[in-house]
Amino acid sequence: MYRASLSVLAACGVLASLPAQAADNDLKALREEIAQMRQAYEQRINALEARLIKAESTADSAQTVARQAAVQQTSVQQALAAQQPMLQQAAAPTQSNSFNPEMSMILQGSYNNLKQDPNAYQITGFVPTLGEVSPGARGFSLGESELVLSANIDPNWRGTAILALAPEGGVDLENAYFESLGLGNGFSFKGGRFFSGIGYMNEQHSHAWDFADAPLAYKAFLGNQLGDDGVQVRWLAPTDLFLEFGAEAGRGRTFPGADNNKNGVSQGAVFAHLGGDAGISNAWRVGLSWLGSSPKERSFDDVDSTGNPVTNRFSGKSRMWVADGIWKWSPDGNRTVNNFKLQGEYFKRREDGALASSACGVCAADYNSDQSGWYVQGVYQFMPHWRLGLRHDALKSGTVNIGLVNNGMLSANDFPQLAAHNPKRNTAMLDYSPSEFTRFRLQFARDDSGIGATDNQLFLQYIFSLGAHGAHSF
Amino acid sequence: MKRLVFALFSLLSLAAHADLKVFATVPEWGALAREIGGKHADVFTATGGLQDPHRVEARPSLIARARNADLVVATGAELEVGWLPVILRNSGNPRVQPGQPGNFEAAHAVRMLEVPTRLDRADGDVHAGGNPHIQTDPRNILKVGEALTARMAQLDAANAVEYQANFNGFTGRWKAAMTKWEASAAPLRGMHVVTQHKAFPYLYDWLGIIEVAALEPKPGVEPAVSYLSQVMNNVATQKPRMVIRAAWNSPQPTEWFSEHAHIPAVVLPFTVGGSGQARDLFSLFDDTLAQLLRASK
Repeated sequence: MYRASLSVLAACGVLASLPAQAADNDLKALREEIAQMRQAYEQRINALEARLIKAESTADSAQTVARQAAVQQTSVQQALAAQQPMLQQAAAPTQSNSFNPEMSMILQGSYNNLKQDPNAYQITGFVPTLGEVSPGARGFSLGESELVLSANIDPNWRGTAILALAPEGGVDLENAYFESLGLGNGFSFKGGRFFSGIGYMNEQHSHAWDFADAPLAYKAFLGNQLGDDGVQVRWLAPTDLFLEFGAEAGRGRTFPGADNNKNGVSQGAVFAHLGGDAGISNAWRVGLSWLGSSPKERSFDDVDSTGNPVTNRFSGKSRMWVADGIWKWSPDGNRTVNNFKLQGEYFKRREDGALASSACGVCAADYNSDQSGWYVQGVYQFMPHWRLGLRHDALKSGTVNIGLVNNGMLSANDFPQLAAHNPKRNTAMLDYSPSEFTRFRLQFARDDSGIGATDNQLFLQYIFSLGAHGAHSF
Repeated sequence: MKRLVFALFSLLSLAAHADLKVFATVPEWGALAREIGGKHADVFTATGGLQDPHRVEARPSLIARARNADLVVATGAELEVGWLPVILRNSGNPRVQPGQPGNFEAAHAVRMLEVPTRLDRADGDVHAGGNPHIQTDPRNILKVGEALTARMAQLDAANAVEYQANFNGFTGRWKAAMTKWEASAAPLRGMHVVTQHKAFPYLYDWLGIIEVAALEPKPGVEPAVSYLSQVMNNVATQKPRMVIRAAWNSPQPTEWFSEHAHIPAVVLPFTVGGSGQARDLFSLFDDTLAQLLRASK
């Protein structure tokens, strides 16, 4: 009966949908559809009958056990009702792995054509950052593969771990932190190893950058990116205009810190962000950040005037301001077809302390520097999936006072790395992202980072992301 | 004195809590929350009618609005997966996090279509929960409205009666409008169409329209001209009457198909604000039907 009524129902539905003057082709198509529908319904009915029989048998056996029970009814409906939770459970079995974290993996690699030897890469005029800032190996090379794991820990906390697998082997724990899921009143808290909230680009992962490499200012002042071990508090003002304040305290694990063997806080930052919309098509954000660090014995290698390798050590205070701004445009807010973004950041750093050099034994004298740098970049999506970008980088080595040079112990030629130089770079890129998880990029840069060694750099890069769909920040 | 302070305090807190602050991710739920909330709901809509709801920037302004929201109304089914989680996490607002009463997902209230039997990115932008564009069927608007009314009443018990009354009034007007729409849409039943992006399965399910092909080879993947001509040849015998795209889809594929297959191109508003005529939920369906009927003539 069930089957008959369903078939009739299906037939009625199709009959009702029959257009008055249907062409022969239409009729044929409809007949095929009816046949398909009948088949589908029959399959479903068969499945239901099988379930019914199964339910009856299990219900019967259950009832023989519970024969002393007061009410004994064997109606199929009741047996079905009793089986309902069990059936649902069978449909969605709870597996022990259903609480596994969201997982994704970023695969990156590139073909690099570099005029200058990347092993000799340096940003002249600036203290080397200990980070890997060179443009990468010549020829084909695998980039860092990133494994991202994240999940809510409990109702109040979320955890994230990002493991960067280096192509030459070894694992770098890039990020490993917990963060609050809303402490209330606009507060949030983060702890562990995370990318600092200073500037605009610093919090983004390199695979989300619009160019294959970091701006020179990031390379020179932060060693590519600042990721310290520490804690962060943010507060979002209860206004319709986006106004956010944040503060961080850390160990100074990486540049400009020097991983001091010291209790307390060796590196800290404060930042403020202001943002909003100008109509539905425009969104913007500006920020101001301050980073302070007190490195002890922060060392870098150089060669003295006679060509011997030496090690220099800085101890003192490093203070930096960062101003950043970003503006994004898309017609009616729809960024699928066309969109444009313009971003820029300005860095100003003062370091004050003492510099020691192995060129003169254990000598040390005053050292201070006032340096700055900036970049501005624009990226335009001129048609779906295709973007074109231009970037200009500039650094100013500014004033550098080396006490050991001023007092005549050593000469300026003993610090070639700190020779006055204003690095510049111009970059153009074209990228194609056939899906949200795939990106191919062609990038060309003319880089004047090193004194007297203009580099022409060509990158052909791929970025693939597998697994969980990540959400992107502004 | 004490009493005065108490009175003042309660007046202040009353002023601060008079409204239920609603953050709607897409215009249709913003419009629905306004219908239910009436003067008690302060509704903010995160996106416009011409925006691709899959690709939205996690703008600072949205984070600022989410911080103060009492209720986030989203579609769910992973429609907002690329941006809403960032906004909620940065909002510092525990009330609207997933799992809290202040986080409402419309997709839970309706029967989902096109639920994939396998999950593989090789199939394009598939959503594990099914096709998330549920608002194109007016019957779903009622189901979501019922669930949303209950949620708003739960969060703002003081105005629960009014929310229910508003929704009852809306239901009456909506059912009357649906009868009218269904009557006028009778000629569309059984009509074959081609769609650029699979944005309208719920609309077709309601009106009995048959989608014979989608222009996107996989959901979210832009078609090449070679693929378009292949689709055109494949569906030639099925005689599609029109090619349809949502207002936020890129226009080229539909225009190409329309020109080469000699059938009209139809741009449906998809949501409130998706066309000049679609100013609220009622006019959204008025306009949708008007576009379809005009092209079918």
